Amino acid sequence: MGHTLTEKIIAAHLVQGEENVASSAEVWPGDLVEVAVDIVLANDITAPIAIREFETLGVERVFDRDRVVMVADHFAPNKDIKSAEQCLAMRQFARAQGLRHHFDVGRMGIEHVLLPEQGLVAPGDIVVGADSHTCTYGALGAFATGMGSTDIAVAMATGCVWLCVPETIRVVYHGRLRPWVGGKDLILYTIGHIGVSGALYKAIEFAGPVIDDLSMAGRFTMANMAIEAGGKAGLFAVDDRTLAYVDGRVSRPYHVYQADTDATYAQLIEIDVSQIEPQVALPHLPENVCPASQAGEVQIDQVVIGSCTNGRLEDLRVAAELLRGRRVHPDVRCIVIPGSQQVYLEALREGLIEAFIEAGAVVSTPTCGPCLGGHMGVLAAGERAVSTTNRNFRGRMGHPESEVYLAGPAVAAASAVAGHIASPEEVQQCN
Amino acid sequence: MQLTGRVWKYGDNVDTDVIIPARYLNVSTPEELARHCMEGIDPDFASAVQRGDIIVAGENFGCGSSREHAPLAIKESGIACVVAKSFARIFYRNAINIGLPILACAQAVEETEKGDQLTVDLRAGTITNLRTGRTYQTPPFPAFVMGIIQAGGLIPYTRERMANDQ
Repeated sequence: MGHTLTEKIIAAHLVQGEENVASSAEVWPGDLVEVAVDIVLANDITAPIAIREFETLGVERVFDRDRVVMVADHFAPNKDIKSAEQCLAMRQFARAQGLRHHFDVGRMGIEHVLLPEQGLVAPGDIVVGADSHTCTYGALGAFATGMGSTDIAVAMATGCVWLCVPETIRVVYHGRLRPWVGGKDLILYTIGHIGVSGALYKAIEFAGPVIDDLSMAGRFTMANMAIEAGGKAGLFAVDDRTLAYVDGRVSRPYHVYQADTDATYAQLIEIDVSQIEPQVALPHLPENVCPASQAGEVQIDQVVIGSCTNGRLEDLRVAAELLRGRRVHPDVRCIVIPGSQQVYLEALREGLIEAFIEAGAVVSTPTCGPCLGGHMGVLAAGERAVSTTNRNFRGRMGHPESEVYLAGPAVAAASAVAGHIASPEEVQQCN
Repeated sequence: MQLTGRVWKYGDNVDTDVIIPARYLNVSTPEELARHCMEGIDPDFASAVQRGDIIVAGENFGCGSSREHAPLAIKESGIACVVAKSFARIFYRNAINIGLPILACAQAVEETEKGDQLTVDLRAGTITNLRTGRTYQTPPFPAFVMGIIQAGGLIPYTRERMANDQ
């Protein structure tokens, strides 16, 4: 019987030793194993607790200063004094430990945009991060999963974590994508189909001819939201597109693993994308999905285009295509947040930033800010936002009585122009 | 490891943003986090919760963010145990790692109401509703996870292991 991609990667990272729970060369779903990790990640919100617990452990040095990565992205640039103190604690720890990859303001980006861009994650890696959207790196054929700060503290100290080998759901996408439909629409549709706990404790493997043709940006977006279906990880097979992406970025050796053709899946889901329109997830769960064209007359106050989900250059290009030569609706604040300094610079060189500003949007330094109601676009009671972020939980972007509608960059940009939730076609037809 | 407490009852998909809204994540001390525990779903909770109370909730409790601030806030607020139909996986790990007792039992959740008194035996994995008199058996934790629980969390567990290795 064959193995899934997840099982192959985990088996290759088993810690050998008599204390190990399972030390065979094979692993199966349900096995509790200890694995060596390639990258350990924390941010300005989760690092302070991880550092505290690391110090409680009584360990002096991290297991490998090249493999512990810290990014100041959530409340940075510092939004208030307490946030400044959290960033400071992380900075001091990074300096004391000599971490090679501590990303501060001016060099940082939103962590899950930044790490792949900087070549810090390679195919076949196991990555653990104190951030639930660590699953983003599954787009590179890595097994990447979010954990809490205490797990990360132990991983920083030992280079190892315990895992329960998950079952895998395989989702296969067929058909031809309609105009303006991208990775965000596919993953929202999928979450709408299986629900916010549809992949609880499981890995998702995304596959099929549509995935073969999907850009890396689209794959990052889809892997990013595996957690919104409860998933432990969301993975893509490594192909030429993946290798072209990591070529010139990743400087250390890596190994490409492939699922066996006779691997056992907990569930096989086939999706014909031909009928999928640009999607929107209504408050207050990512599974409340409908076509944007059927969302009804929903007036909005704010649009956010960015985040670890949709803050890549390709996303900004889509948004600019709709905003260029148009104006953001007078009742809407449109906030565009490039996912990294590199994305920002490239968007500037391509003229995207100019298009946003001329349309009446504001462009921010990279930050997670508004996605989690931190800063740079917090909502008041009764306000509504269309956002390319990943969660629309109650109060996620601010006041508990505010509302977030999740969408891809095309629907977000179209809605910014229309002043209500709009399909890209609606805005195009108005010209 | 037996405890008895009064029930706070919630529904499905209680996410970490309502357990501890991100606007409070500029601090990480348990005492400050506990002041805002459950604020997004139940603004009265933090002021009315009493030490030893029990949270009972539906499916996918703790979904969303990896923020350990969520179980830390719950534990520090005085909650002795969370019983849910199911737990989101990161919350599950975090709770065990920081020593917040959790048990999954759908039937107990369905037959429990706000204000009920529950007795939970963590070692035996049983939940008894003192109003109805019914007792529920939950599946035992894997031995490895039980080891972390018995050590008082992942940090003391790891310290013990590291000491043994030397």
